[in-house]
Amino acid sequence: MATPLLQVDDLAVSFHTRNGIVRAVRNISFQVNRGETLGIVGESGSGKSVCCYSLLRLLPMPPGRIESGKAIFDGSMDLLSASIRDLNKVRGKRISMIFQDPMTSLNPYLKVGQQIMEPLLIHGSTTKAAARAQAIEMLKSVGIHDGEQRMEAYPHQFSGGMRQRVMIAMALITKPDLLIADEPTTALDVTVQAQILELIKKMQGELGTAVIFISHDMGVVAGFCDRVNVMYAGKIVESAGTQKIFEEPQHPYNKALQKSIPSLQQKGKELFTIEGLPPDLAGDLRGCPFAPRCAYAVDYCRRDPVELLETRPGHYSACLRVQRKEITLQS
Amino acid sequence: MESTLKEQPASETQVDIRPPSSLWRDAWIRLSKNKMALMGLWFLILLILFALSAPIIASRTYAYDKQDLSMTSAPPSGRHWLGTDVLGRDLAIRILYGAQVSLAVGLAATIVAITIGVLYGSIAGFIGGKLDSMMMRFVDIMYSLPFTIFVILLMVFYGRKFVNLFLAIGAVEWLTMARVVRGQMLSLKRQEFVEAAFALGLRRRRIILRHIIPNMLGIIIIYATLSVPSIMLLEAFLSFLGLGIQPPMCSLGVLIEEGARNMEESPWMLVFPAAVFSLTLFSLNFLGDGLRDALDPRASKD
Amino acid sequence: MNPFLQIRELKTHFPISKGIIFQREVGKVKAVDGVNLELQQGEILGLVGESGCGKSTLGRSILHIIRPTSGQVLLDGVNLTLLEPEALRSARKDFQMIFQDPYATLNPRMTVYDTLAEAFRAHFKVKGNAIKAEVVQLLGKVGLPASALNKYPHEFSGGQRQRIAIARALAVKPKLIVADEPVSALDVSVQAQIINLLAKLCRELGLTLIFISHDLSVVKHIADRVAVMYLGKIVELGPAVTVVERPLMPYTKALVSAVPIPDPVLEKSRKRMLLTGDPPSPINPPSGCPFRTRCPYAIEKCAQVVPPLEDFGTQFAACIRIREIQGLESVGSSRAG
Repeated sequence: MATPLLQVDDLAVSFHTRNGIVRAVRNISFQVNRGETLGIVGESGSGKSVCCYSLLRLLPMPPGRIESGKAIFDGSMDLLSASIRDLNKVRGKRISMIFQDPMTSLNPYLKVGQQIMEPLLIHGSTTKAAARAQAIEMLKSVGIHDGEQRMEAYPHQFSGGMRQRVMIAMALITKPDLLIADEPTTALDVTVQAQILELIKKMQGELGTAVIFISHDMGVVAGFCDRVNVMYAGKIVESAGTQKIFEEPQHPYNKALQKSIPSLQQKGKELFTIEGLPPDLAGDLRGCPFAPRCAYAVDYCRRDPVELLETRPGHYSACLRVQRKEITLQS
Repeated sequence: MESTLKEQPASETQVDIRPPSSLWRDAWIRLSKNKMALMGLWFLILLILFALSAPIIASRTYAYDKQDLSMTSAPPSGRHWLGTDVLGRDLAIRILYGAQVSLAVGLAATIVAITIGVLYGSIAGFIGGKLDSMMMRFVDIMYSLPFTIFVILLMVFYGRKFVNLFLAIGAVEWLTMARVVRGQMLSLKRQEFVEAAFALGLRRRRIILRHIIPNMLGIIIIYATLSVPSIMLLEAFLSFLGLGIQPPMCSLGVLIEEGARNMEESPWMLVFPAAVFSLTLFSLNFLGDGLRDALDPRASKD
Repeated sequence: MNPFLQIRELKTHFPISKGIIFQREVGKVKAVDGVNLELQQGEILGLVGESGCGKSTLGRSILHIIRPTSGQVLLDGVNLTLLEPEALRSARKDFQMIFQDPYATLNPRMTVYDTLAEAFRAHFKVKGNAIKAEVVQLLGKVGLPASALNKYPHEFSGGQRQRIAIARALAVKPKLIVADEPVSALDVSVQAQIINLLAKLCRELGLTLIFISHDLSVVKHIADRVAVMYLGKIVELGPAVTVVERPLMPYTKALVSAVPIPDPVLEKSRKRMLLTGDPPSPINPPSGCPFRTRCPYAIEKCAQVVPPLEDFGTQFAACIRIREIQGLESVGSSRAG
């Protein structure tokens, strides 16, 4: 197999705060292949955003600190140890990012046109006129047809959905190899969310961009991603193709999470709930982080170290009992 | 951090409930853990005690206007611990009197400014609408009056009394306070917990006193600790213009000003009053920071 | 039998004014524009719609947290709209609100005990120890231990805070509760806990609940009936299951089809009715049907008539073309957009 587009190994990120060291991402490894869509799901505090922000070194440091790990991009460059100069050649050009809140991620004082052209102009090699033409072209392909006039408008003159379209245009104008999308539709209404997801999919098809899609919404992930990593307490607890994640869960957390979603398909009497709270990430965790809330947990779950292992072909789980084939989880 | 509270029914009722006034008690406990704030507090208390006892000390040593003509501009010595000024007056005594005046002006004017500013700003912000815009336009007009002329007018009409100095400074300082408080009020008013208090059917008085004011304390205190020193500086400026403290009385500002003029030949004239002045400012700032943190339950480290 | 809660022609308009000293009105935001609703005691009504459709304003107008511009709200026979401020204040013990943001809903400077005791004292005259017993019982009802009493809000997680907020609303023993997106700021697993708790409390205490949400799956799960709002108007109303499974109004159809399903096979195979554009501004709503600017079925006539909320037997819907569209769909050309 060809080298993956992004190979993350043993990444650990922590925050050094007044209250101690919060280990937000705990030695995780994963890869992103060219053109694929990788979903990262988890609840707040699971480390899903921190992990992606640290790849582009966008975390506030301090208090954030990358403790260990490598992130080899395109087989050659380690994003985590490269110099800022080298990183800047990749950041915003070959790797782009779109954020959750389309209002705060656009500069309210700059015209939208300037902001879309900016990545092209920063990374050189184009004249202003060419960049302008390209920006208008890009706006058209994200569904903003009166691009000429819209280039001259300011962000506050756009609605939430339109702003997210602008963000996508900005992120994709350099035809990046990788797009990191951090909950890009969470702030939007469902009907607009559907449009934006459709748009990202279409653009991905045209440009062949790989996408890391961070979300807390299992429903969105189900329809959008090829592969899914489920994160809990700073660790990847399960990783597999989307269909397998939903049909043959290999980790009790994934299964519980799916059961607790109210679904349009059925009107149940009482929703399934996961009792308790995620663990405090300050300090070390012994055993499986999910064990205190897990219905299947036994003594050794709380004691023995866990690793993400292949339990079925192409399906990785960090559940000791699944790995030892003591339990099977039916969806 | 997330608490790791187990969710279980409340069957035991053996939990003691603290009295509702625990906000202040908790604040004191938190403040007493903050070393810098405590040091600031102690320094201010000592300074105030010394300043208040200045007449007693003076009666046993030198009066603040007693000239020792044999020792003009004398460096610190056994007779005059901190030296004397150009006219041969004992600097230690003058610093005590100066601190008394400066602190009195600073605190009194701040209290005036806060009282007016908080009331004015809260009313404007809470009621809002037309009244708010009219009240704030008045503040804008006051802002645009040149401060010095305003003070000179006040002094000319009502005489150069010490009290008028407070009034003059307070009358200007409350403007900023009113703006700050109004802004806070506007944002707090939209907070869901204030809306919830309203939905519960609580009376307005209670909503303002229990839900809004406590959440504004932080910023009011910060502002107060910032405005005490700026008022002390203002006083020095007015005194320099001959509008403030009249000689032979003095304030820290006046002493520093005099000291600065004789800095090269008699550095002690500048160093000692300036040291007391800066220590006061430091203490106020540390105490202010400490108070802000102490009054915010979120800041506790446990 | 008279309905427990009656809402008649309720309108809440916000004036937009310009000018610093001499303000003049330059327009109106018609946040709620003529809503009629009736609820039976113990019923759970889900109110869904996208942001800016006026669902939160409707909730607040029903509880008179925002005074409605016109129309009437009758709760248990009492016309709230006519009450004097002091009478309204004491009537508030009958209706309460639960808010969206668990981080803003509690006063950060009051302990849990102070928060709950204050709510209780607002309407009942009881002494110290009796209050304590009440408060502990309240905490028990929402599944929190008595040890939570002396803690401050920041010591709790989002879900626990929302429980405290629910306890505060229950303290005055209300009959009607409006919950404004109470779970949308919470994680999925916590969300399920709070939904279960609310459903249980309604059942046990016979509460009438208006559950405002943008999430159709949550609403379908908890509500008996659903009202769909668009630009200040109710456009579809009916039993939760019927509205979600067989929506009539094209907007509801689009809304249902846009909800992501956590099942990759279903999700990839189903047909979506993709809308274009965003909801129009409530300052200048379109003439006629408010949805016509985004509706794939819109015709000229839609711009001329404001469609009434019509009874279709199973549910109410506001669209003049429903019968034609149903005819079209039974022929089999349901692909739209």
